[in-house]
Amino acid sequence: MLHAEGVYKSFADFMAVNGAHLAVGKGELVAVIGPNGAGKTTLFNLITGQLRSDKGQIVFKEEDISNLPAYQICRRGIARSFQVANVFPRLTVFRNVQVSVLSQQRKSMRLFRPAQKMAVEETGRILASVGLSDKAWHTAGSLSHGDQRILEIAIALGNEPELLILDEPTAGMSPEETASTMKLIRGLADSRGLTILFCEHDMDVVFNVAQSIMVMHQGVTIMQGEPDEVRNNEQVQEAYLGAVD
Amino acid sequence: MLTQKSVWPYTFIFIVLLVLPPIMPRFYTYILAVVFVTSLLAMSLNMVVGHGGLFQFHHAVFYGVGAYTAALVITKTSLPMWTGFVSGPVIAAIVGLLIGWFCVRLTRLYFGMLQISLGSLIWAIAFRWYSLTGGDDGIHGIPMPSFLSSLTSSYYFILIVVGLCLIVLYLILKSPFGTTLRAIRDNPERCEAVGINVRRHQLVAIVIATFFAGVAGVLFVTLERSVFPDLLFWVLSLEIFIMCLLGGWFTFAGPILGAGIMVSLRTFVGIYTEYWTLILGVILILLIFFLPEGVMGYILEKVKPRATATVEEG
Repeated sequence: MLHAEGVYKSFADFMAVNGAHLAVGKGELVAVIGPNGAGKTTLFNLITGQLRSDKGQIVFKEEDISNLPAYQICRRGIARSFQVANVFPRLTVFRNVQVSVLSQQRKSMRLFRPAQKMAVEETGRILASVGLSDKAWHTAGSLSHGDQRILEIAIALGNEPELLILDEPTAGMSPEETASTMKLIRGLADSRGLTILFCEHDMDVVFNVAQSIMVMHQGVTIMQGEPDEVRNNEQVQEAYLGAVD
Repeated sequence: MLTQKSVWPYTFIFIVLLVLPPIMPRFYTYILAVVFVTSLLAMSLNMVVGHGGLFQFHHAVFYGVGAYTAALVITKTSLPMWTGFVSGPVIAAIVGLLIGWFCVRLTRLYFGMLQISLGSLIWAIAFRWYSLTGGDDGIHGIPMPSFLSSLTSSYYFILIVVGLCLIVLYLILKSPFGTTLRAIRDNPERCEAVGINVRRHQLVAIVIATFFAGVAGVLFVTLERSVFPDLLFWVLSLEIFIMCLLGGWFTFAGPILGAGIMVSLRTFVGIYTEYWTLILGVILILLIFFLPEGVMGYILEKVKPRATATVEEG
């Protein structure tokens, strides 16, 4: 479904992504791991168009998306969450998700119909599926960190994506929150038939959940394979798992 | 949407404004009309500043362009007068589109700086091109159609047009477009990532705002029958920016209140001292410390138990 081939991105003299390769098949749960500064977030930003790659190809459903602006990539069916909670702080939780649903329905440009009665059902359903219904009328900025991260995912779901990209979905969460969030993500993948690409620091989470793991180190893809393959790969142990010990 | 409960106060205010002129001194009729025109100007600015989060630093240009267009069409061409009234807002919106097209490519402060530069260019044209615009003298004694012959009839015309414009602005701000605009204000990056074409939205908002600024400019001409370069000077842009802050830029009606306060200060404090801006300065300092959401923001916070909703829905 998604293929990245030899992707490069530098900031001034620093090579943030220095030859990344990634393959995501339909319906898969794929994890990207690597130590801090390995280029995971940069790679995600390149895929979803927040940044533009210097070299390489990113293909989604047989179409080269490397040079499309972010909003066009989203309309092709890729939605994402961000590493730091990235919501609309002054809007209510309901509006946060509604904005994304309205965009999906191409109604953002309607000028004279009241928004209050539009996309209410879809928005309500998404909020229910992530468990934020009772907080629908709180302003997003007043939510706890954990809830804001969940809201991030809800906003992404509003786009009815085929591929959902989550940048460290459990960063800064307590162990209980992490567990329930991962359960939620797995549940969404099953119930909606979503393909999910995520990166994560917690190795237990990754090896439990992911069907395929791509390992990055200093901007370079070391390998991609099934969890067992990755665990037993010498290069990976040296470059990454070794560094943890 | 407009519920019955929220319509009543506005209807009441409108009726009061309708019956006032015959029982009010002429001077106050004139001041109220000035407040209406200024309110519409401030409301149009607030659409892009308060709701759109754009640094629209030189909004007065579009007000001036609307006024000058109407004045020039009426005095320099043989076209019927109503074409002057219509072309004012349209030309203002076209100039808004042109300037906006460049500005939305830049972010925040750079947006504002470019707009000040391009706007000052237009001001310079009005100020220097004596043969067309009358230079710093402006154009005076612009003829008006007979139904606008008296101050009272201008008052009613302005009241009705401003009322209609406010209803349209209200509808736009409550629409999906308005909601999306506020989302862009809060977080443009996230909006891109949910598939929204941020620049196009901002550009449309600018065109709408500059159109209504043009309407305000035309209304100014019907009231004063003259135009002069100060209408598109940056000082006025700053004043309407202050009106939005003063009234409450995250609320719908805040700028009206801000315009009322500013015009009153200028008129009534201005009688006693030419340094009325000194008092404005003190008020602004107090405002920043004690009412950061503006006067209207403060009132809504007191009236509504759930302060959270005022921020977005007001």
